[in-house]
Formats: sequence, structure tokens, C-alpha cells
Amino acid sequence: MALVPALEVLVALRRGQIVVTTMGATREWARLSHDPLDFHYLPSAMGHAPLLGLGLALALPEREVIAFNGDGGMLMGLGGLVTIAAARPANYTLVVLENGIYEVTGGQTTAGSGTVDFAAIGRAAGLTSVREFERLDDWRHAAPECLALPSPRMIVLHVEPVGSDYQLPTLEPAAGRLERFRAALAAG
Amino acid sequence: MVSGPRIAETLCQLGVTDVVWLPDSLLGTWETALAAEPRLRLLRVCREGEAWALAAGLLIGGRRPLVVVQCTGLFESGDALRNVLFDWRLPLWALVGYRSYLLAGSTDTARRFTEPVLAAWGLDTLLVESDDGLQRLAAFFRSCQAGGRAGVGLIAEGRG
Repeated sequence: MALVPALEVLVALRRGQIVVTTMGATREWARLSHDPLDFHYLPSAMGHAPLLGLGLALALPEREVIAFNGDGGMLMGLGGLVTIAAARPANYTLVVLENGIYEVTGGQTTAGSGTVDFAAIGRAAGLTSVREFERLDDWRHAAPECLALPSPRMIVLHVEPVGSDYQLPTLEPAAGRLERFRAALAAG
Repeated sequence: MVSGPRIAETLCQLGVTDVVWLPDSLLGTWETALAAEPRLRLLRVCREGEAWALAAGLLIGGRRPLVVVQCTGLFESGDALRNVLFDWRLPLWALVGYRSYLLAGSTDTARRFTEPVLAAWGLDTLLVESDDGLQRLAAFFRSCQAGGRAGVGLIAEGRG
């Protein structure tokens, strides 16, 4: 499925969740959403967005957290799936965008491109609810139910590369974005 | 050596809420005391770099987390701590087990590189060799808090 309509499904379903984006997800999500509860984890330590999202979920149990990761980032920290499962957050969804390549560096394939099974890894790591989608219609139809499954949840979306537009967005300095995000949290 | 009951007491005095950690053979002796303290939540990671991002999320969400890892884990954590301490300027606290510090004449490279690596990052550090140093550690972290700075307490270890 194409990435942008796949993300639009989540934009349309969003009801007050914190959304943590990183890398390519930041680039597209920032074009689709301007919600004060968007936390664009950029600059990042690649692969660590799910852990930052886990920290937010544990700190703020009254809020739902959706954290994105790419497949390249996921491969950098598969143990993080075990950490998430062990922490057992009751309000956490990880969305893995799998396109088989390191898109922001020019499209080189990952070591697991075409062979790795992230959904199986998520289940084996102990995540409570794991779903995987290749077709946009299937994802659109099942998304509301997926977001209501027992946490921690993992949703693997097989997405197409965006194309030649590999550049990450230019965002304002991190300090200002962090301050505004904290203010949004404080505002309830 | 720094003991579990005294470190648990100190952390609670400092208002630490979450210990994000991967214990080694000294830090692991603290587990019973830390786990028995209801004011502390223990969060185990699989690799030390994870701890910084997890602690960052907790801190942004209003908690007071503490990262606890061995110095070898500090070495592994470089990019993660670079990001949260310098890109995001989050004033996280950490305790780092200083492997082989107490072994006279040790050639352990983990010992050799610990202080130079911390110095290279420009991080404020304090060495603690025993329970007698815990009040200094508490004062150090309070000073870091007042200044909005990150801080690292180095915990002297034998074989680690």
C-alpha cells in the first residue's frame, strides 16, 4: 500500500493519542497532521522511537500512545520489542512501516528485506496484539479494531517507498518543539 | 561497595520514580532492595542504549527516571545518550558501574576507557566508592537538577 493513505487512516481515527514519529514517518505525518500531541522524534537515535514512546506511555497511563518505527530502525533494536512486552504498557501501539529499504539514505535494502517477518518477531517477543497488513483496504477496514485491541499492540504495514523525495523535513529546533509538546501535555 | 538498601533510600530521597536499567554483578545486588521499594518502578531493558530513550520518554512525561548501567553499557549507549542529552538537552541522571575500579593494577579496558569517555562527552560526574559517598551523590544530583544538567554517578566496582 502507499504510505500516505496508510497514514491518513490513522489521522482520521485519531482521538487524542500522543503520536511519536521518526525518520520517514515524520516526513509524511508532519504534512498530514498539525496536532500539538505530535512528537516528532527528529533528530533521533535511529531505532529508538518505540522506546521513547514506551516511556511516554508509562509516564502517562491515562493517554494512548502511538509510536512509529521504520523497518530499518526496527532492525537496529529488535530487543526493544522484548523491553516493550516486558513493561506491559496498557496504552501503547507500535506501528512498523515496512518498505524493505533505508529510504532516507537513498533506498539501500535492509539486511532483512523480503525475508524478515516482523509480525512473527513481535509475537515471539511477547507483544499482546499483533496485526499485519499489505492492502490498504484491509488496513482501513481493520484499523479501528486494531487500535482497540489489548496493549501492547504492534501493527505492521507493508508500504511502498515514497519515491525520489528522500529528504527529511526541516523542523524547528528541538527545544521549542519539546516545550510546546510539554505544554500540550500539561493542557490535558 | 555501595549497598542496595542505601542506594534505594538515596534514590527515594532524590525523588527518583523509575530505574531504567540493565544490571551487572554489582548493580544486580541492589535488585532486592530496589524492587522492595514501592516508590520505585524498575524497568529492565535488553541493551543499554534503549535505556536512554525510554528514560527520555519518562522524563518528558513528567517522571524522574534514573538510568543504571555498567560502563560497558555506557560505551554501547553512545548514540542514544548523544541524542537525548545533547540534541534534546534532557537533564537525565545515570549511575554507571565502574568495572574494575577497585582492582589495583587492573588492565581491564573497561576501566581504562570509562573516565576518558565520560570526559569526552563533557558530562558532569561523581565517583562513589561506598555507602559513605551517597550523601555526596545526592548533593551532586540535586546540583545537576538545580542547574538543569545531566549527571553521572560512577559506582566503583570490582570485577563488575
